[in-house]
Amino acid sequence: MNSRAKRAADIGVWVVLITMPYWMTLIGGYTELGSRVIVLGLAAMALNFLLGFTGVLSFGHAAYFGLSAYGVGMTIHYLVPSTPLAFLIGVTVGTAAAALIGPLIIRLRGVYFAMVTIAFGQVFYFIAFRWNSVTGGDDGLTGWRRVPIDLHFTTINILGNDKAFYYLALIVFAASAAVMAWLLRSPFGRTLLAIRENERRGRFLGIPVDRHIWMSWVISCFFVSVAGALYALLNNFIDPRALRWDQSGDFVIMAVLGGMRVFWGPLIGAAIFVVLQDYLSSQTENWMSLIGLFFVLVVLFFPRGVLGLVRRRAAS
Amino acid sequence: MTQLVLFNIFNGLIIGAFYALMALGLSLILNLSGVINFAHGGFLAIGAYIAYSLIPYVGFWGGLLLAPFLTAAIGIAVERVLIRRLYGRDPLYSLLLTFGLAFIFEDGTRYIWGAQSLPYQIPSWLQTSLSSELFFVTGYRVFMVLLVGVAVGALFVILNHTRLGIRIRAGTLDLETVSVLGVNVRILRNLNFGLGIYLAGLAGVLAAGMLGLQPTIGSSLLMPSFVAIIVGGLGSLPGTLLGGLLIGVASGLTTVFFPSASEAVIYVMMGLVLLIRPRGLLGEEGRF
Repeated sequence: MNSRAKRAADIGVWVVLITMPYWMTLIGGYTELGSRVIVLGLAAMALNFLLGFTGVLSFGHAAYFGLSAYGVGMTIHYLVPSTPLAFLIGVTVGTAAAALIGPLIIRLRGVYFAMVTIAFGQVFYFIAFRWNSVTGGDDGLTGWRRVPIDLHFTTINILGNDKAFYYLALIVFAASAAVMAWLLRSPFGRTLLAIRENERRGRFLGIPVDRHIWMSWVISCFFVSVAGALYALLNNFIDPRALRWDQSGDFVIMAVLGGMRVFWGPLIGAAIFVVLQDYLSSQTENWMSLIGLFFVLVVLFFPRGVLGLVRRRAAS
Repeated sequence: MTQLVLFNIFNGLIIGAFYALMALGLSLILNLSGVINFAHGGFLAIGAYIAYSLIPYVGFWGGLLLAPFLTAAIGIAVERVLIRRLYGRDPLYSLLLTFGLAFIFEDGTRYIWGAQSLPYQIPSWLQTSLSSELFFVTGYRVFMVLLVGVAVGALFVILNHTRLGIRIRAGTLDLETVSVLGVNVRILRNLNFGLGIYLAGLAGVLAAGMLGLQPTIGSSLLMPSFVAIIVGGLGSLPGTLLGGLLIGVASGLTTVFFPSASEAVIYVMMGLVLLIRPRGLLGEEGRF
């Protein structure tokens, strides 16, 4: 893809995202669905920072996503009713957990890395599931809502106004996407690509591979925590399912579906997945098998994802 | 108190035997084909439900005998049609595929047999406890531990003394060389997958007798099996067995003192093992 096409794609994505609340309802959607797309899209893009651009297969990102979401919910519920503070605490908790677990897993590769990340994710699931008195257990943490943001001269009513929340989420999304794109263009990002392409060669060139993978892991988990915090605020609710391994699987399929090697790929994948899930779960009770079937079909027929396919067609 | 501790150790041992049975199957498949079989729990549930459906016709023992073989047959078919295409590709794809299959299996069993828990009949003479003092040692539980022991013993005999088993072990070390020596690797992987799924089916039938039948019966045993593999050491089957028993007992013991941490404790164990001995208890150096 040449640089002009790339710029056109960037502009296209932003135009769609900025105008979404205005045409979403016209085609039968609702603003909250749009918010879900950008929140889960951010999570999938964060995962893809590690998966697509560092070549490390994590299957446990939901843990940090959910941990951050619980951080937000519990801060508002137990400590202070302040959205920005809750957001900050949530993201810090998620990222700190990832940073601590990182050294235990960065030496592993491939399927083993995937297996250990899945297993570690379950710790937080069980804590959230079992620690009834604090987390609300299986029923989830209820009895809290996002709080309008007070900026002294004005208040942003993100609680009562769906569009206001959408645009707040979009600003966070934009900032995160910009930082990730900048990181990937930097020498650090180029080094990550080098590790993805040929780890052994990178090692011979003197790249401290383990440290780079740890950094990529923490960055990726930081952004997935940002998404998790937004997710909690979006739903005004959080339950252990957001931490579980099937949520991690959803993120991976979003990234694969959209195209792992393309920056916007996971966002496209998230949009397709969210809309499909929303539609199927309203149509049939057996939507789980259909989602499972969808996984199988994507793997067999769309391994490069939608954008991978487009890109290939453009190249030929 | 001692009785309580004994009870929970015994319970942990049984649960650990399940973990081990399941983890051995997962390990076989992982070692030879590099596939993490997320659908393993789904196969376990299928084994359990097949046995349930067979019992009216062939009785408890017939179900116990037949169901694992039928499950293995399904496994072999799934490997042929779906999983085989993904060998040699990024492990990501087989992971996602089996992940999707897990969804389909769980939902499918729910669709066919219903979401509610079903009773699973076991012969009454197996239900009586062996002594009044150790009331928790029922015949079924002892029987189960014995049967798992026999199955694991048979597995190791197969792996060490039959041509198939020796080829599987050789393939685990160097598949390319095994292929060059004239072994049909496609069939080898296929049979190996079937063997792994047989163990899942057997675990399913046994678990049904103890825990009752639910569509989610397998998925709750899946994650601990991963932990058993990691704790025991990647690539080592004896390690997997040890890992399964160890985390079972650890989780049983934790139930005595701090019940709500009984699930989380195995992950803490995994963290400790990775910290102190990253290759696992019996894992070989430099296998991954």
